[in-house]
Amino acid sequence: MATMVTSTKKVTSKGIGSGGGFPGPNGKKPGGNGFHGGDRSKRKFSPATYRITMWVVLAAVVMMFAALSSVYIMSTEEQRRPIAMPSMFFVSTALILVSSGTFHQAGRSLQKDRPRAYLRWLLATLGLGLAFLGSQFVGWRELARAGVYFAGHPRSTFFYLATALHGLHLAGGIALVLYLVVRRLRLGWLLHGQKNSTWHSVVGLYWHTMDGIWVWLFLLLLIFK
Amino acid sequence: MSAETHEVHRHPAPTGFIRKYIFSIDHKVIGIQYIMLALAAVLVGMIMSLLMRLNLSWPGTSWPILETLFPTGAPGGLMTPEFYLSLVTMHGTIMVFFVLTTAPQGGFGNYFLPIQIGAEDMAFPYLNMLSFWVTLVGFIVILLAIVVEGNASVGQWFAGLGPSFTGGSGTVGPIGGWTGYAPLSALGKVAGPGQGAGMNLWVISIAIFCVGSLLGALNFITTLLNMRTKGMSLMRMPLTCWAWFTTAVLALLSFPVLLGGGILLLLDRIAGTSFFIPSGLYVSGLLSGSNPNFPLHTGGSPILWQHLFWFFGHPEVYIAILPGMGATSHILATFARKPIFGYRAMVFAIFAIGLLGFFVWGHHMFISGMSPYSAIAFSVLTLSIGVPSAVKTFNWLGTLWGARIRFTTAMLFAIGFVSLFVAGGITGLILGQSSLDLPMHDTYIVTAHFHLVMGVASIFGMFAALYFWFPKMFGRFMNETIGRIHFWITFIGVYTIFVPMHIMGIVGMPRRYSSFTEYRFLDSLHPLVVLVTVAAIITIAAQFLFYFNVFWSIFKGKKAGDNPWEATTLEWTTATPPPHDNFAGVLPTVYHGPYEFAVPGAPNDFVMQTDVGADVPSGDGHNGHKH
Repeated sequence: MATMVTSTKKVTSKGIGSGGGFPGPNGKKPGGNGFHGGDRSKRKFSPATYRITMWVVLAAVVMMFAALSSVYIMSTEEQRRPIAMPSMFFVSTALILVSSGTFHQAGRSLQKDRPRAYLRWLLATLGLGLAFLGSQFVGWRELARAGVYFAGHPRSTFFYLATALHGLHLAGGIALVLYLVVRRLRLGWLLHGQKNSTWHSVVGLYWHTMDGIWVWLFLLLLIFK
Repeated sequence: MSAETHEVHRHPAPTGFIRKYIFSIDHKVIGIQYIMLALAAVLVGMIMSLLMRLNLSWPGTSWPILETLFPTGAPGGLMTPEFYLSLVTMHGTIMVFFVLTTAPQGGFGNYFLPIQIGAEDMAFPYLNMLSFWVTLVGFIVILLAIVVEGNASVGQWFAGLGPSFTGGSGTVGPIGGWTGYAPLSALGKVAGPGQGAGMNLWVISIAIFCVGSLLGALNFITTLLNMRTKGMSLMRMPLTCWAWFTTAVLALLSFPVLLGGGILLLLDRIAGTSFFIPSGLYVSGLLSGSNPNFPLHTGGSPILWQHLFWFFGHPEVYIAILPGMGATSHILATFARKPIFGYRAMVFAIFAIGLLGFFVWGHHMFISGMSPYSAIAFSVLTLSIGVPSAVKTFNWLGTLWGARIRFTTAMLFAIGFVSLFVAGGITGLILGQSSLDLPMHDTYIVTAHFHLVMGVASIFGMFAALYFWFPKMFGRFMNETIGRIHFWITFIGVYTIFVPMHIMGIVGMPRRYSSFTEYRFLDSLHPLVVLVTVAAIITIAAQFLFYFNVFWSIFKGKKAGDNPWEATTLEWTTATPPPHDNFAGVLPTVYHGPYEFAVPGAPNDFVMQTDVGADVPSGDGHNGHKH
């Protein structure tokens, strides 16, 4: 009968499999499960939940842009049509790259517990994000003036569609940064805490990924004709 | 506070009827809602398959009911070829999306994943509620697609939105198959019946469904990774959880691709773009650009849609089957009273199947004119899926080997799953080779193959799951006698339906044809066609036994205790039915692997995952023999 036993690892008083692998917070704390010791009526804040969720969301977003990019890349000879990159999109690229920098600076201010600088950098990021969306709009007008319209040819549609979908996702990022600003204003100086740093890093993950997706789309449209 | 008893009060149990049963954030209620949605959808899909069978066996017969329901669609009660094709489309769409994707994952996964990992709910209960309601909206839109084309007055409802939004063309929904192949699906009304509002609503419904599934997948992944209870290491999870998790990952990575493709298809239809419409297309006597009804399209590629669709479509068939594999493993071990054979191998096989599923989409497109070199690559990768599939099959057989099996209805259906998976999978090895697929692709052998392996097998997985978990969900058993009758009629029935279809396919009977009266070489097959239809009628009739059993047993079934099957996993440690927060405020602590049956020295022949008893050999689930 012994062959039917799955294995013979002994159960020790504390070595009861602490959560397996990634991310494995389970069973490590007596409280476990992201629940408070004190206030039981509320769920304890669990940073891992937020991080995992953001990674999962980004995986889905990246997959959609990967599908769209492959539509672009896999086009046939007949479908290729050189479209001049609107000069405004170079400005867009600069704006979004700088915005990643300002967001990073905001994170450093948060670490050093400097709320005023934190707010300034967040507002700078917000402004740069909005400026990016504006520059996209101007870029589209530039395209239309050059005779590149939404309907007509897959390549020209792609120009608008890819940038519009990215813009839509970046608008979500702007909403998230706005939420950070609201948090900062409501919490005042009480910024130093796990919840704030988690929110900040999660929003940062999203923001930098949108930056990366833009750079990818920009290079795709610029180089691959 | 001891380590085992951490108290939990997440959100108080709702009291009002609407918050409790309708707009509930309780994963158990949402799971049942998904199952009910699937039970409703499967009825629609089943009736459609019955109508198709009737027309195939007795073409030219007048069915008065059809004229009553679809005066435009079936004038005189006669089924037109277009009517038949729209039935093919809607049967496939409803079955794949709203039955095979909702019940196994959204239904049973939602109900049992949090309980089996020892969580008090999903990570995001509101998001969970949203994912169900979004899915339901998708279902309502797809039903609307049926009537908008089948009924002349409903056909005008959306006409104000643009020329492509008029319906009433006399079909029961769009024509395009569940795959919605371009350029037919991309052209709009000019392409013929069913290509107006019905196709638009079809695309919109699928896009909505994508969003609902993505929300669900997000919840599943976060919950599983972050909310396992103390001691529930990854390798102590029941195989059901592994299956649901892999399914969620597949959904997460494949639905965005379909969503992107769907957006492009809709733009082609309503915004005049041409992603999937080639230059110089000539349709319905019109050249692209020669007529205001058919504007100029240049430079698109219909094959592109196939790539996008099947990049989603192949993982989708695993989304349908993997939860069934998980449930089968779970149930086989329980009623064989043996640990699952090769737990670790089972986990890796699930993951291998999921991973390989992303690299084989091309085998659906061998006849698209792809390069023979890519066909070979897709072929080899496809055949390699046979390896993890065989690992699973042999492990199931290994679990059954020498066991004292308890033949409950759930066990019968689980064994039926193994049988159907093997029978259907065997032809996968034939169709996976491009040279054999080329002549066979558009015949009934493909219909037979995928119905057995991902249609009926998944349904058997769900039947097994429902008979197995019903006592936990509703506190009462389903009737075993009716269950056995249901099993045997269904099991013999589906083989009688689908085995002859293999023969039809080899003879060369093309699929998707509404009748074969014009094809003399197929005349000799007609008795077989009638046999299949008779078997289908009997099998469908038996499903009403099942429906009766479900709804009768909810109220009148034999009462069940907390652990009626003497099973080991966490759902059997809590009350029946589980309280609002699953474990009445005390989350369990896990000390054992999920399938510790036939344990020497244990008071019963099994050890629950929560049993402390340190003298009993324990494991983290793998099947090693370390003594």
